[in-house]
Order: sequence, then structure tokens, then C-alpha cells
Amino acid sequence: MKSNRKRAFAAAAGAAILFAAGGAAAFCGFYVAKADTKLFNKASKVVLMRDGDRTVITMANDYEGPLEEFAIVVPVPTVLEREQIHVTENAIIDHLDAYTAPRLVEYFDEDPCAPQIMYERMAQATAVDEAMPAPRSGAKSLGVTIEAEYTVGEYDIQILSAEQSDGLSVFLRENGYQVPDGAERTLESYIKQGTKFFVAKVNLDEQAKTGRTYLRPLQMAFETPKFMLPIRLGMANADGKQELFVFTLTRKGRVETTNYRTVKLPTGQEIPRYVKDDFGAFYQAMFAAQTEKESERAVFLEYAWDMAWCDPCAADPLSSSELRELGVFWAGGENEARIRPNPAPDVFVTRLHVSYDAEHFPEDLMFKQTGDRSNFQGRYVIRHPYQGQAQCEAGEAYRAGLPKRFDAEAQTLARLTGWSIDDIRDQMGVEAPPEPEKKDPWWRRLWGGDEQKDG
Amino acid sequence: MPLPMAILETPLTGALRAPGAPTRLGERARCVWAGVDPRHLQILILSSLLAFGLASNVIDTSLAHIAAAAAGAFAAQLVGCFMIASRPRLLSPLITTLSLCLLLRTDAALFMALAGAVATGSKFALRVGGKHLFNPANAGVVIMLLLSASLLPGAAWTTPGQWGTAFWFAALLAGAGFLVTTRAARADAAIVFLLTFAGLSIARALYLGDPLDIPRHRLQSGALIIFAFFMITDPMTTPDGKYARAAFAAGVAAIAYVFTYHLFEPDAVFYALALACAVRPLMEVFDRAPAYVWPRDAQIKKKQETLR
Repeated sequence: MKSNRKRAFAAAAGAAILFAAGGAAAFCGFYVAKADTKLFNKASKVVLMRDGDRTVITMANDYEGPLEEFAIVVPVPTVLEREQIHVTENAIIDHLDAYTAPRLVEYFDEDPCAPQIMYERMAQATAVDEAMPAPRSGAKSLGVTIEAEYTVGEYDIQILSAEQSDGLSVFLRENGYQVPDGAERTLESYIKQGTKFFVAKVNLDEQAKTGRTYLRPLQMAFETPKFMLPIRLGMANADGKQELFVFTLTRKGRVETTNYRTVKLPTGQEIPRYVKDDFGAFYQAMFAAQTEKESERAVFLEYAWDMAWCDPCAADPLSSSELRELGVFWAGGENEARIRPNPAPDVFVTRLHVSYDAEHFPEDLMFKQTGDRSNFQGRYVIRHPYQGQAQCEAGEAYRAGLPKRFDAEAQTLARLTGWSIDDIRDQMGVEAPPEPEKKDPWWRRLWGGDEQKDG
Repeated sequence: MPLPMAILETPLTGALRAPGAPTRLGERARCVWAGVDPRHLQILILSSLLAFGLASNVIDTSLAHIAAAAAGAFAAQLVGCFMIASRPRLLSPLITTLSLCLLLRTDAALFMALAGAVATGSKFALRVGGKHLFNPANAGVVIMLLLSASLLPGAAWTTPGQWGTAFWFAALLAGAGFLVTTRAARADAAIVFLLTFAGLSIARALYLGDPLDIPRHRLQSGALIIFAFFMITDPMTTPDGKYARAAFAAGVAAIAYVFTYHLFEPDAVFYALALACAVRPLMEVFDRAPAYVWPRDAQIKKKQETLR
């Protein structure tokens, strides 16, 4: 019986949010999950195109549970028509994720005695893949009106309006969703604000036809004066903190939150070379430490860039057709792209990352677009010391400076991640560069002869 | 003649003590406090905030932007004073500069200079009944926001979230703000504004069934507290009568509430204050009171009269 229960997750956008449902990988939403299943919210990704009141939200998560148990409830500002709903491919979001990911850059010190050659290489932070879940429901007269019903891609979708949250939750429960108690109050608040609810679940027949074993991201297009992402529903029964990535695509410039601090992730720091082996662990530890440092109340800026280029590129900028798919209606279609090779006219991308819970994020995320077009990227640097024999004077000075530099790198890493400095030094010790053979100090030759004579 | 006097007679020198005035320490301290100009306190607090903001990366601006704002504000002040044949006063453009640097971000430094000039220029250009109509920094912010939405896309923006919502910071700001506004006899405006805004926000939360954490979070916003104590309380652009002033502050709060919660305008407070300032002369008709004079100016005047 339990297994028949649908899990719901809700995402909110514009006035719509994400209710989270779903197993191992829910959204910024609350799980409406089986009571006996220990669920853990992983990362959710939301792409928001915003221009004036026009909004397109794309929601992806990495749900991995049984498809029939997936459900999503998303508050939306209006009743959506069929054409306002779309299903897209994970690959596009993965591409956007890769393009904006914090990056590790590697430099090789040049021979201090000679001209320089520089190499650059980056590793990217791990991308999270996602799939999108959805629910199932029936019609009732509990003050709940089914405004519309569609099947889009592998999803069965209903747009509901409700008069009372208890009616809505009874309706959802009767249709097999588990609605946590805490969610009812939040639903009530949304209902009173005139919100409609987008409820989606997986149509197993359609899903089978696609031949996919995962769920694709759902998209909605609508107009609303609210530039926000509702996260409150998602916290109703959340187990601990939830990770959310918000990618915004705008024309004017960077996006920031108006009701929480938006903080730039530390960037441009030189860190020890061994981090290269597990950049993901470094990034996670650093993010956790920075969140802690900001009293767990900040939203972090990880990337802000004009989509037309990148430097260094963790991935190529998105093509016009990919941007269009994500809602950038002013990006030329494929035909136009052929004429104008410039991949993305006038699109500014912002990547925000937040780890949130109800205690520190009582309100939905409210955004604003700024005129700031300055570029920002989370970028970390490792520098490999020169390995050759630099026998000139500059080479000696270079070698003499290395221990200090390594120690500074260790200190930086400790500060960024909160890792123990001793552990870091241990790890670094293993990979310390071979010391060039010791030469006699200059003073040994200065009077050295005297001693011999005396003796 | 009055100019050198004014410079010498800073309140802290105690030079203003009338012959035969009390000399006991407490009395003397009271005399000194009575002579403290709220603008000096405000400059002290705003510049500390700016320094803190820059040091802690809360404020993402450059020295060039700050210098540009100052250049614009002081240039406009000098031109304005020259045109009305007044002695140049430098405290006001300094406060305007600091306020703009705390509240407004611009793309190019040139836009910051424009903001400074527009803000200070508004004092001379928009006057009703011998007083300037708009709070200069508020006028600067609003005009730059309107320009950004029209002629100069993306030129300027505010960062309401950047001051965070930490309780200790809000409390510290409110304490400092209370000190300044008490000195300027305008603490009531800040308090009426905050109470009205809090009342409306809490009522909304109760109606919606939202946890009270939501209005609390809104009210702890550092940006809101800065606005309440350092912008809405400007003695020159708030009504002089206390009833009109209370209505003014409550009106700003009500408009800000509607703009925030129903029109979803992140810069609600700035628009609300500008609207309220526009109707202020009307409000004053119903509650007439002597015009506010800065304590420093009042003392200079008094001293001049004594000398005469």
C-alpha cells in the first residue's frame, strides 16, 4: 500500500515553486514520500529565464526512485495552457551546469632562468544529473478545481485551483500523494495569494514509449511580476538542508536575491596541487565552510558571465537553439544562428547556489536583476613548480620562495575548507617537489680555506 | 563675518556656553550634547558603515565610484549655492554622498557622479515653501532607478539584500540610528514607520497563516533599518508638525507595504518615500509648526544675536 503512494515534490517559479517529491533526488521541494523510506534531498537545478514579466522556468532534479512514485506540485501564478508547458532534455541543463561550474585552473611554473611557457587546463566541478518526477491525481469537489489536464511528454499534468488548503491536501491525499502536515499551512498561504498548483506525475505508458529510464526536466512559461522561486513548500518535511542551484538567463545583467545576502564565492585562490585529484571534495568542503561563515543565511554567486564567451571555458557557451529551449525567446533560432555565428546574443547567465533549510530561509527566494555585467567565476588555481634544474641566481631565489608559497597554499586551503592544516601539510608532503641538490652555502667558501689552514 | 565664527564655534569646543552658564560636569556634558549637530553624528555613522561595508565586501563598489559620487554631489552643491547666493554648506552633500554609496550601485563611475549631482541638484531645483521637496539621496536613487528603466538601461541598481538580516546588525544599526534621530528630533518618524510596516507585515502573515519568522526576517533587513533611521528621518524633508510627521511616516510604510507585497517591487521603500515627500507640503497645511533648524545653525544664529 505504501508503495502506491506517490511522492510529490513541488517547485515554485515566479509564483511557482517546487514542491519536492521524489526519492533520492528531490527538488527544492518537500518529499511526499513513503514514511518508511529514508530519503535524502540531493541537488535541484532550476533555470529561470526572466525578461520583464516574462518567465520560463525549467526544473530538474536527480530523482532516482521508482517512476510511479514520483510526483511534483508546483505553485504557479496562473492556469497554464498546454503550450505553456514543455519537457526538455537533461543534456541542456548539464551543458549549462558545466559551462558555469566552478573551475580548477592549472599552471606550470616556467623555468625561472628562461622565458616562459604557460599551460592552462581546467577541471570542472562535478555536474549533477537529474531527472524529473511527477504525480497522479483524480477530480474531487473539495473546493479543488481541476482547471486543466494535459499529457506532456512522459508527464500527466493537472492545473489545480483550490479554495482551502485542507481541501487541496485531502484531494492530493485521496490521489495517493503524501502531504506532510507542515505543508498544509504553506499551501494555505499560497492559496490565499491566488496561486494555482501545477501537479505532475509520470505517465508510465508514455514513459515506456520514450525508452528512457530517467525523467526529463519540466518547463513552464508564464508572465508574472514576481521574480522569485518559492522554496517554502520544499522545506515542509525536508530532512536537513537542501541544495539548490539557480541559473538565471537575463538581458541586463547579474541577478541577486533581495531578501537574502548574495555573496560571491571566494575565487582566484591558489591551492595545493593535490586538490586536483579530488576537486569535487574541495568544492563541497569549501561551499560548506563558506555557508557556515555566512551564518548559513547567504546565497552564493558562483558564476556571472556574458553567454557570448568564457575564459577559461569549462564548457562551450550554449548555442542559440539551446538557449531558446531554455526560454531565451530573443535568441535566434537555428536558421538565424547559421547566418550569425555568434552563439548567444545578449544573454547574461548567473549561477546561484544555496544550501537552505527552514530555520535560515523562512521566506521564498526573491530576485532582482541588476545592471552589473561584470564577469565573475569561481576559479581555483594550482601551480606546478618548475621541475628542471634552474641553476641561475633567479632559480635559487625561486626555489627559496617555494616553501613559503606551498605554506601559503596550505593556509588558503585550510581557510577555505576548514580542513586541518596538519592534514593538508601531510598530503602536500607526499607530493612536494624534489629539492634541487644542495649547493654549499656561499660562506663556506668564504673562509673555509682558513679553517683548513688552522687545522 | 559669520563664516569664521561658524568654523570656530564647533559645539565640542564649549565656546557656546553663555556667560554664567553652569559649569558642573553633568551640566557641561549636557551643554556639549545639546550643541552636537545630528549631521556630524550621521556622518560618523554613515562613514563607519561604509568603511565596514567595504572591508567586509558587503558593499561591492570602488573608490572611483565613491569619489565620483562625491564629485557630483559637491559640484552640484557649489553651483546650487552660488545660484541662490548662499554660503556653501558642505555637510549636506557629504551625507548625500555617503547615503548614495551605501544604497546605490552603478555600472560606470560616471553614473555615480550623475547620481550625486542629481541628488544634490534636486535640493535646489525642487523647492516648495522655502524647503526642498525630496530627500536628496532618495531623489538620487529614485531618479537613477527610473533612468535605468528607461534611457540608461542597467545604469544603476540597489542591493537591498546585501545588508543581510542578522539580528545583531539590525539592532546595532537601530541603536545608532536612534541616537542620531533623537538628536534631530525625528526618532518618532523612524519608529512610526517601522511600527506601521511591522504591523502590516505581521497582519499579512497572520492572514495568510504564515509563520511569524517571515515578517521577522523582513524587519531584520539591514537595508530597511538604514532606510528607516538614515533616510526617512531627514528633518529637512519630513513635516515639522508631529502629527503630520507621524502621518507621513505611516504613509511611507503603507505605500512601501503595497509596493513590496502587492506590486513585488524590490525598491519599494525608495518609491514610497518619494511619493510621500511629493505630498508633504499638503500634509503640513494641516499641522503647521516652526521649520526645523539644525542645532548648529540655530546656535550660530543665537550667538550672532548675542554679539549684536
